[in-house]
Amino acid sequence: MNTPLAPSEVFRKETDFRAYSATISQFKERGIELLLLLAALTSIAITLGIVSVLLYESVTFFRQVSLFDFLTDTQWTPLFSEPHYGILPLVSGTLVTTLVALLVAMPMGSLVAIYLSEYAGANIRETVKPILELLSAVPTVVYGYFALLFVTPLLQKVWPGLPGFNMLSAGLVIGIMIVPYISSVSEDAMRAVPVSLREGAYALGATRMQTAIRVVFPSALSGIAAAYILGISRAIGETMVVAIAAGMQPTLTWNPLEPAATMTAYIVQVSLGDLPHGSIGYQTIFATGLTLLLITLLFNVAGHALRKRYRQVY
Amino acid sequence: MHLENDIDKSTSIGVVKGPIQRRKWTDLVFAAGGLVTMVLALAVLLALLGQLVMDGIGRLSWQFLTSYPSRFPTQAGILSAWIGTVIVMILTALAAVPLGIGAAIYLEEYARHNWVTDLIEINIANLAGVPSIVYGLMALGLFVYQFHLGHSFLTAGLTLGMLILPMVIIATREAIRSVPSQIREASYALGATKWQTVRDHVVPYSMGGTLTGLILALSRAVGETAPLITVGALSFIAFLPHPPWQSTFPFFSLQWMFDPFTVMPIQMFNWVSRPQEEFHLNAAAAGIILMLMTLVMNALAISIRARFRARIHW
Repeated sequence: MNTPLAPSEVFRKETDFRAYSATISQFKERGIELLLLLAALTSIAITLGIVSVLLYESVTFFRQVSLFDFLTDTQWTPLFSEPHYGILPLVSGTLVTTLVALLVAMPMGSLVAIYLSEYAGANIRETVKPILELLSAVPTVVYGYFALLFVTPLLQKVWPGLPGFNMLSAGLVIGIMIVPYISSVSEDAMRAVPVSLREGAYALGATRMQTAIRVVFPSALSGIAAAYILGISRAIGETMVVAIAAGMQPTLTWNPLEPAATMTAYIVQVSLGDLPHGSIGYQTIFATGLTLLLITLLFNVAGHALRKRYRQVY
Repeated sequence: MHLENDIDKSTSIGVVKGPIQRRKWTDLVFAAGGLVTMVLALAVLLALLGQLVMDGIGRLSWQFLTSYPSRFPTQAGILSAWIGTVIVMILTALAAVPLGIGAAIYLEEYARHNWVTDLIEINIANLAGVPSIVYGLMALGLFVYQFHLGHSFLTAGLTLGMLILPMVIIATREAIRSVPSQIREASYALGATKWQTVRDHVVPYSMGGTLTGLILALSRAVGETAPLITVGALSFIAFLPHPPWQSTFPFFSLQWMFDPFTVMPIQMFNWVSRPQEEFHLNAAAAGIILMLMTLVMNALAISIRARFRARIHW
């Protein structure tokens, strides 16, 4: 027969149990926090992974090729029997296509953004914005198809001698492709400019255009710079359009009417083949990738400085 | 006195009227320019899409969806490609969802303001600007050759998972931030622990935004081509991956994860790059299916956003 516990005993056991379960739940809470922290740290792990893989393979590459040759040689023929490892032809290809793209996308994107933010009514804006966002979801390989099979034949009617692969049509299509990015981000930046600034300008008798160009645009410059940087990063890293439409031949040329391979197109070309792991040909794509990443980083750092310089606080 | 005043008025109006009129005209011209640019950008993009549909619609048939690629353009189909895309997307989501949501919860609910948190935030912002092909190089060095996962579905899914992780984190954080703090306070007031609050309140209430962001990120991943080429996608696969079940214990099999893979954009790229025009039509048809996939996903995302918005009133 069990003797009933004294009331004080019951109380003690209960508090014991409570303390015990509290410790367990505290343990669980800490454990979960740790797991979540680990999830957050994967993003750092990805960056470390990217940097270490690129550096590791590039270091083995630069043991065989001097950095000086890499930066100054004007030929890129790593897979030939007499190999040259000059990155310049690939860099020129990337820069030319990017420049063509920006010449299209920056004015167009900015104009569209100004129109949507300062002129268009809510109706038009709410219709056009989702369409623009949808367009930025079109796969790049589809844009490559357009560049090769639609834009190039069109351009050939203007320049009959234009080669089937050329940087101009790839650049134009990339430009059209990044208009939605630039206009969408710039429009957000311009809409964030307080209405009181516009009202001030109108009160002084400015027209909408003067308000847009001399008041709103400069005030939103920090955000617009961010949009441009986003566009530049996209254009530099764009792969499929150039791989399909600009050709795969590394040529040191600044003429957009010629075919030339970009850094990204070269990486694709090598990856499509069957290079053995550990060969110098295999390492070239990592050295190219590292160069690509550094150039992108350079633009992003410059853009960040620009944004800080023009940041306005209201 | 009277007379003088009148003369004064008329001359000053005459002097001012001209410039005002001119400025109004420039304003109108500028507005028209903006509208034309916007319509032009949209028209070009829609023309390109129209061209794609016109080229490819004739090739679309049941046979196209249920055949393997072939040397004969009219017999070729996209069976292995679309099944590959579905499998890769599932693996991508499995990789990105737990990591992305975990990281977002940590950063919004748990993180103290210190240098680790700052580092993670800066890192996520920078990762979003890294060209996608660089992720492919990282995956080639790490997943394929370091972890020996091979040129497989698993590698492809992990690669795209890493690629969309920043997008998922950013979208989820925004969704979590929109849950009002009173909800959390009410939960704490009832004695819930932090994790209980997060699990039972914050995460369910932010599910709309999280799902929307996830689907949009996946719709980008569907079209990604370049990183998958670098990790060794095949463009000619005339067989299906192993089934996920088997007749012997334990009745399921993970062999399919390690099978060679191809996806829709790779198949399209392969067809575009061939010289024969017949294959270009196949590429267009594959492009239509690819566009449909991204469109459906975007529509899904938009409708989920609308539904959750309609249901929750803070």
